[in-house]
Amino acid sequence: MGWNLIRIYTLLVYLFMFLPVAVVVLLSFNASQFGSFPMTGFSFRWFVELAQNEAILRAFQTSIVLGALTAVISTTLGVLASLALVRYEVPGRNLISTLLIAPILVPEVVLAVALLLFLNFLAINKSFFLLLMGHVIFTLPFVILVVQARLVGIRRDYEEAALSLGASPVQAFFQITLPLLAPAVFAGMLFAFTISFDDITGTLFWKPGGVETVPTQIFAMLRNSISPEINALGTVMIFLTVGLPLLGLAIARRMAMQRGG
Amino acid sequence: MSAVTLTNIVKKFGGFTAVHRMSMDIPDGSFVTLLGPSGCGKTTTLRMIAGLIDPSEGDITIKGQRINDVPIHKRNLGLVFQNYALFPHKTIAENVAFGLKYRDISKADAEKKVKDALELVQLPHVSDRYPKQLSGGQQQRIALARAIVIEPDVLLLDEPLSALDANLREDMRVELKRIQHRIGITTVFVTHDQSEALAMSDRIVVMSNGRVEQIGSPEEVYNTPASEFVSRFLGISNILPATCKEVNGSGLALELADFGRVTVPKERAPNVGEAGPAQLVIRAEKLLLADKTAPLDDRIALDGVVEAVDYQGQAARYFVRVGGHQLQAVNMIDQRPFQEGTAVSVRFRPRDCAALPGAAA
Ligand SMILES: Nc1ncnc2c1ncn2[C@@H]1O[C@H](COP(=O)(O)OP(=O)(O)OP(=O)(O)O)[C@@H](O)[C@H]1O
Ligand SMILES: [Mg+2]
Repeated sequence: MGWNLIRIYTLLVYLFMFLPVAVVVLLSFNASQFGSFPMTGFSFRWFVELAQNEAILRAFQTSIVLGALTAVISTTLGVLASLALVRYEVPGRNLISTLLIAPILVPEVVLAVALLLFLNFLAINKSFFLLLMGHVIFTLPFVILVVQARLVGIRRDYEEAALSLGASPVQAFFQITLPLLAPAVFAGMLFAFTISFDDITGTLFWKPGGVETVPTQIFAMLRNSISPEINALGTVMIFLTVGLPLLGLAIARRMAMQRGG
Repeated sequence: MSAVTLTNIVKKFGGFTAVHRMSMDIPDGSFVTLLGPSGCGKTTTLRMIAGLIDPSEGDITIKGQRINDVPIHKRNLGLVFQNYALFPHKTIAENVAFGLKYRDISKADAEKKVKDALELVQLPHVSDRYPKQLSGGQQQRIALARAIVIEPDVLLLDEPLSALDANLREDMRVELKRIQHRIGITTVFVTHDQSEALAMSDRIVVMSNGRVEQIGSPEEVYNTPASEFVSRFLGISNILPATCKEVNGSGLALELADFGRVTVPKERAPNVGEAGPAQLVIRAEKLLLADKTAPLDDRIALDGVVEAVDYQGQAARYFVRVGGHQLQAVNMIDQRPFQEGTAVSVRFRPRDCAALPGAAA
């Protein structure tokens, strides 16, 4: 009896969470002029229209470039930071670790405003570069958490063996540590990309005028009207932000298995 | 010539001194074992030779050259770990060839060396497999092949057999010794297993609490322990308080309660120079239990009572009371072991005994 109640309750919670998403996906295939029920037929019309919308295409391009750059920079920094924190006895390493993870804990708005005020204080103008830096700060903790967890599990013996065989520390890193770390590096990269691609709060604060990412573009479009195009765009976004990490994790898991954990 | 020398090596971790003024010479081509209980500083010493940690004080030389400031990857050493540490993402052939990449060796030569090394460890057919496809014993052989293929000046092994199960460990022991002998490489071996140390070494360095207790051949450390620690650590010993009455040409005359006078040969007591408090050391296997009626030989015979028996198959370990002493004896079982409570004759030869300086009274 009690269990049944809990089951029904859980089901309701899931419905509450996912029904709106399902509605968006469903409506994106609606043939009707209006982005709402009733459905009048099944059509890809809005997706076609989406693909012809200059502004949206530009936003897509911006988001992908921004996401990719964020992923690369964040992962590089994250791997270096994890190495320093796990492998070397850096003084104050707990403090540094906390500081690097902090952006996750601070509400995003606060972080966004803080960075903005800081830039103002330094009299620096908003630019794509600064938007990028904002995203790096915001995604770095995720990369560090993933990479650190894996690095702790890679025994030092491997690196020591490589060194004893004549590899320099740098060679040992590229020959041994990095390949063993690859699944985590890959996963971290995907995380960073997805989070950057999906981000709106920070982006709204940091983006220079005239630059729109997909989320800010949707936001701007919503201000005018609820067009069925947005449903289609939403569907594409859902597909990307859910599908990419799942795909990535599957690949990472396979890599980890091949490399003997 | 010495392959490796340590001179007054000290290693401190913060306020804790893990290695105390350690000095030793490791002759070229010899098999030297660092033996001691857990935490005595064996690994620390080995890692200092390897260059994985820096000594706080003292000098390390390899082939006559001071190498304190030479980083590990320029030391030309072979290192074998307890957990093999084979690179999991590389094949066996790639693992073994790894060190050759950093040496001026043509591809053809490298391939030949890898092949020879795999043959030396008797695993010529596994070169395309990955480490996890091999058993523990096979992985350890590959780790050995990987370490020796670079022709290192010294081979360093940290408890390489302890992850293997008992039978395999004995086989690998023989195997390792065979390979070491064959290529004549100077080897430093770390273990806390005394039988491993006794079976394999040319020289044993017995350590305790970061200090060297004794350096000597297996027979020396076993038969002529330099300290109470050594005699307790290797095998089972009876260590009895005694008084050294005199030192003369025939040996040391020790006197102890219930035993009377026992004359220990001088060479078995290098650290006792004069009359005074001393300790008599009798190995458990040198203490023979016999029927009270058995004919006497050159052994001293004392009356004792068996208090406990620990049956071990071909041998038995007895706890016997002789006067105020409880002694341990390990004897081969002839017909039936003596039963608890049996009155027996406890016998030993004075020349099988050793003596140590007594506790500073
Ligand atoms: N990095 C370190 N920091 C602090 N103390 C250390 C460190 N490494 C070793 N020690 C201490 O130094 C002592 C010697 O350690 P070591 O690893 O050399 O022992 P061991 O003889 O190899 O023991 P085992 O047989 O257990 O491997 C130990 O008491 C250990 O706690
Ligand atoms: Mg150790």
